[in-house]
This record gives sequence, C-alpha cells and structure tokens, in this order.
Amino acid sequence: MSSGDEAVRLRNAVVLLGSFPALAEASLVVERGEIVLMSGANGAGKTTLLRLCAGLLPLARGEASVLGFNLATQRKEAQLHVGMLGHANGLYLDLTAQENLQFWGSIVGASSREMALSAQRMGLHSRLLSTPVAKMSAGQRRRTALAILVIRRASLWLLDEPHAGLDAAGRDEIDIILREAASAGATIIVASHELERAGALATRRIEVVGGAVVERGVQ
Amino acid sequence: MKRHSTSTWAVARTIASKDLRIEWRSKVLVNQVLPFAAIVMVLFAFALDNDGILQRVAPGLVWLAVLFTSLIIVQRTFAIESADNALDAIKVAGVPSAGVFLGKSVALVVQLLLFECVLVLLALVLYQVHLSWGGVVLLVTVSVLANIGLAAMGALYGGLGAAAKGRETLLPLLLLPAVAPVLIGATRATESAFGVGGASLGEGWPWVALLAVFGALFGFGGTLAFGVLTEE
Amino acid sequence: MNSIHPFPSPTSTPTGTRASRGLGVVVFLGMVLLTLLGLFFTDEDVVQGSTVRLMYIHVPTAWVAYLAFIVTALTSAMYMWGKQHSLTFDRIAGASAEVGVIFMGLSLVTGSLWGRLTWGTYWQWDPRLTTTAFLFITYVGYLAVRDLGGSHQQRAKRSGVVALLAVLEIPLVHFSVVLWRSLHQKASVLRPNGNVTMDGLMLFTLLFGVGVFTLLFTWMVLHRQRVLALADAIDDGGLEAALQERRNENN
Repeated sequence: MSSGDEAVRLRNAVVLLGSFPALAEASLVVERGEIVLMSGANGAGKTTLLRLCAGLLPLARGEASVLGFNLATQRKEAQLHVGMLGHANGLYLDLTAQENLQFWGSIVGASSREMALSAQRMGLHSRLLSTPVAKMSAGQRRRTALAILVIRRASLWLLDEPHAGLDAAGRDEIDIILREAASAGATIIVASHELERAGALATRRIEVVGGAVVERGVQ
Repeated sequence: MKRHSTSTWAVARTIASKDLRIEWRSKVLVNQVLPFAAIVMVLFAFALDNDGILQRVAPGLVWLAVLFTSLIIVQRTFAIESADNALDAIKVAGVPSAGVFLGKSVALVVQLLLFECVLVLLALVLYQVHLSWGGVVLLVTVSVLANIGLAAMGALYGGLGAAAKGRETLLPLLLLPAVAPVLIGATRATESAFGVGGASLGEGWPWVALLAVFGALFGFGGTLAFGVLTEE
Repeated sequence: MNSIHPFPSPTSTPTGTRASRGLGVVVFLGMVLLTLLGLFFTDEDVVQGSTVRLMYIHVPTAWVAYLAFIVTALTSAMYMWGKQHSLTFDRIAGASAEVGVIFMGLSLVTGSLWGRLTWGTYWQWDPRLTTTAFLFITYVGYLAVRDLGGSHQQRAKRSGVVALLAVLEIPLVHFSVVLWRSLHQKASVLRPNGNVTMDGLMLFTLLFGVGVFTLLFTWMVLHRQRVLALADAIDDGGLEAALQERRNENN
C-alpha cells in the first residue's frame, strides 16, 4: 500500500475522541527525512494526528500507515520505531533525572554510555541528574524528556510543542538535536505555535484545520 | 538504526524495581496508607470488643483491612503513571504489555506483603491471637499466594481505570467481587494459623490450594488481558 | 444547509418483526397459563402451604439468570475470536447481561422472601445464593464497563474481557463457598426448595415455568439487542453529521 520511502501516509483518516471526529478525513504524505512543521489552532487536531502516528489511537475510518506499518493492524510494530514528546514529559516525579534516564534506557534497551552521552548533550550536569524531577523547573524536565527521546533512536519523531517552557539556550539545543536527527535519516513532525523558529528548521509546513490537513508550502 | 523489542522479563523487572524505588523514595504508602490500615484495625477493636469476639473474627478483620488498603495501593501505583503521562510513554515505547502487567503485579505483591506483616503484628497485639511457628509458615504461604491473586486483579482493573480516562471509581466495584474467593480462602487459612475456633493447622492447607489456583488463573488471565484492556 | 435524516420518522415499532411478535404472543399466553397453574390449579405443599407457590417464580428466574450469564460469556467469546469481530455478538452479550441482572435481582428477592416465609430468615450463606449474589454484583460491574465510552469496538473488547474473567471466577467462588460450608460442618442448611415433595402437576408447572421464562428471556434479549443496534447506528449516523460539521469549519 505504501512505498518504503514514505514515513507517514494518511488517507481520509478519521479518529474519534468519544463521538467527536478529532481527525476528520485527514490526508497527508510525509517522505522520509522531511522535517514538517504543523501549525493550527487549539482543538484543530494537531495532538490527535501526532498520537495517531504514535500508535496510541485507533483508526475509525480511512487508511493510515507509518514507516510502512498499517496503523489499523500493526500499531505495536510501528511503535518500536516511533518516538513522541507530548505535552506531558512522561517522567516519574519522585525519581531523579538520572533514575528516569536509567529506567527509560532499560525499557528501550539503550546502553549506559548512550544515556550518559544523551544527558550531556541536553546539558544535564551531574548535580541536576541527582535532583528529583519534582524539584526541577519546567525547562529542566523538558530537557530530561528530550534526552530520553534521543536515546530511543526513533525513525519518526513526533513532537508536540517541544519549545514550550524552555529558555533561549534550551530552544537552540532542541533545534540542533532535531537537525542532527534529520541528517541521520529520521523524519520529524513538529507541532508548534513558534512559526518563526520552527519554520527555520522545517522543510515543509502544514496546517491542521478542522481535523484535516492543509499544505502551507515547502521551504 | 532500529531498536528491537525488549523482552517481557526485562520490562517486568525494570518496571517492578522502578515502582519499588519510587515507594522507597516517596514513602507514601508507609507514611500515609499504613497508618490508615492501623487505624482501621484499631477501630475494629473498638467496635467489636465484646466477649472474646475479637479473637474469633481477627482473621477476617486482617484480610478485610488488606482488601481495603489494596484499593488504595492499586490506585497509587497507577497514579504515579498518570502524573506526568508516563503510561502513554510506556505504550509508545512499544514494549510488550504482558511485561508491564507482570512488573506492576510484582511490585504490588511486595507492597501487600509489607502491609500484611504489619497487620498481622497488630492483630497479635490488639486482638490477642497467638501464632505458632507452624502457623507462621502457613501464614507466609497464604500471604504470598493471596497477594498474587490480589495483585493480578488489582493491576488488571487498575490499569483499566487508568486507561479509561480516569474512571478510578470503577476499581472497587470491579475488584472487590473479583477477589471474594481470596478473602474467603485467606481468612479460613488464617483461622487455622491463629488457631481460633479450634481450627487446626492441617485445616488451613486446602485453602492454600484454592489460593494457588486463583493466583495461577488470574496471573495467567491478567497477563493476556492487560494489553486489550489498556489500549485505546 | 441540509440536515441529515438517516432514519424514517417512527410510525411503526422499529424492533418488532413477525417472528418476534409471534414469540411475544406465545410468551404472553404462556404466562397466563403459568399464573393459572401456579396460583390456582396446583395444590399447596404439605409442609409449606401456599408459600411453595413462590417456587414457580424463583426457580425459573434463577435458571434464566444463569442462562443469561452463559449467553453473555459465549457471545463475548464469539466476538473476540470470530474472524469478523461482529458487533452483533457484542450487543447480544450486553442485552443478555442487562436482562440477566434483572432476573438475578428477581431471583434473589423471591428466594429471600421464600426463606423468610418458610424458615424465618431473609438470607443464608449457602453456595447457590452466595454465588448468585456475587454474580449479580459482577454483572453490574460488567455493565459499568460497557458505559466507559470510546468506540463500539473498544466497548466490545473491554466488556468481553471482563465477561470472560467472570466466567473463570464463578466456579472459584462457588467452590470456595462449598468448601467453606463443608469444612465448618454447620448444621445442614435447609433451603426452601429442598424439602418439597412434588406431585405430577407441580413438577409440570415448574418445568413449564422454566420453559416460559426462557422464552421470555429470548424475547427480551431479541428486542433489547435490536435497540442497542439502533443506538449504535445512531452513533454512526451522528458521525456523518459531525464530519460534515467539522469540514465546514474549514470554509
């Protein structure tokens, strides 16, 4: 159904939240290696689209596949190659950053060297690493979550407002990481209100309006 | 470069140790729920202190207290997952759901054992029951087996409550009838361990068999059902 | 703007068919006959007097309650393991559980009244009554799980799992209560229907009652699952309207 070069393929996809069609016949094709900026008003369906691609939501109608895996039947297989950073960080508040990294590293099968490197990249120095997450600032938590996302080595990255809560240095760091991931072959979809910053990063822009996807140009 | 799926046992081990480490660090169960269980035991004594009744019903009281605190323990174990939406992150990681179930269950078994130790000690003190060494062996066996069944059902229905957009109120309704056989079996076996009502140690062991069957059935059933119940 | 009418305005009963109406007539007549037999034509019991007539309601309702539970479990299994994952099985499971809960309640109430009238107690902890009470609560939980929301497939999968787990639990509960009573060697509990000597007409009435109530159960489940099918269809029809509205947001 889809060729191996497509990272994401949606055709008239409908996703229901309760009885509300959050995605209403959305169609989208993303080639591998693209960095796509997704804009749109709140409630338009950006988060739903990302969660569908992450294999978290069932497809009510239409077709959807991610990295060649059919999302109607192969959600679990697709998830091994997808990484997502949502609004929440997915951390355990009572554990330290280091312990969170170790946990997620074990879950995904990363080595301790990879984890240490990733922590270093995201500017998580040793004092911060032994701080419980509950005591960290929003920006520090975000950086920890990003460090975890990096070690997943996903082929498809899905980010929902990644810059939110970060200072300028943190935002720059994300941009560098995303560019590196893209040049290593990952495909990236970023939902963001920061049109200028994310726009400079992206190779393509789309907008989600009323549960459907509208093209807004290629850079 | 792609990752391969982590094995079920590795996932279970990681999650169980994470849960226990969180409890060790935060001490929520020890500081808040354990006192609650102790107060429940004391209140039972106030309500029933009449002509030696307390001694006879002590086994039932202990396991009732265990049952009620198990609701809180299960809710806590899933609350830590919902706090920062770690549950979604675990799902996206694509790990086998059986591993998540087993990890959560093992952590629950350990936490329940801790509670039972304390509650039995309280029963010895407050309700004046006696425990021989043979009774200790019986009691430990009963606790471990009962906890396997309790933990499996708790992880299963707790997971459903967490995944179904915060319907934790469903947990007592689903869990308590489901673990009724555990209550019956554990109480009767504990009667034998405490020697109340003239029950001998030997009478307790058939109940151990019942608990083992329950634990095996629902450990197995839960491992299969957890993924289906918690996916969206 | 066009509004959507997926269904014709209701001028006829949407869930009745020739067959089910025929069944309904048979059930009605059967009930009339059962009432006559139970209340008038059969004799009183030597020991219990007229209270034995409660048996003609209690036994059939208990039977139907267990039948309903079996139907729910079987149809849940057929949904989960069938190739089509047909939602009809899911709806029959749900309808059967709803009707079953009603009959379980009736069975418990009539059994309780019977016990009160003959032996002076409203309740006894014998295996059958205890298992029935346990079943009752479990099925209330099952119905609550059906109401969790989400898509129809999610509802079917979740409640199917709960129904199958309940099947595993029932023998365990029953057996544990049996073991409990026997090990404690309490005086044998005489259940109200334990000591009734029945003549030919009473036995016939009892079996006839079981048959009529089974037909009643079938008729109720048939209609209820059709109502559920209509409700699901309304949801799906509503989806078209919602999609249209969402599309209009773009323009």
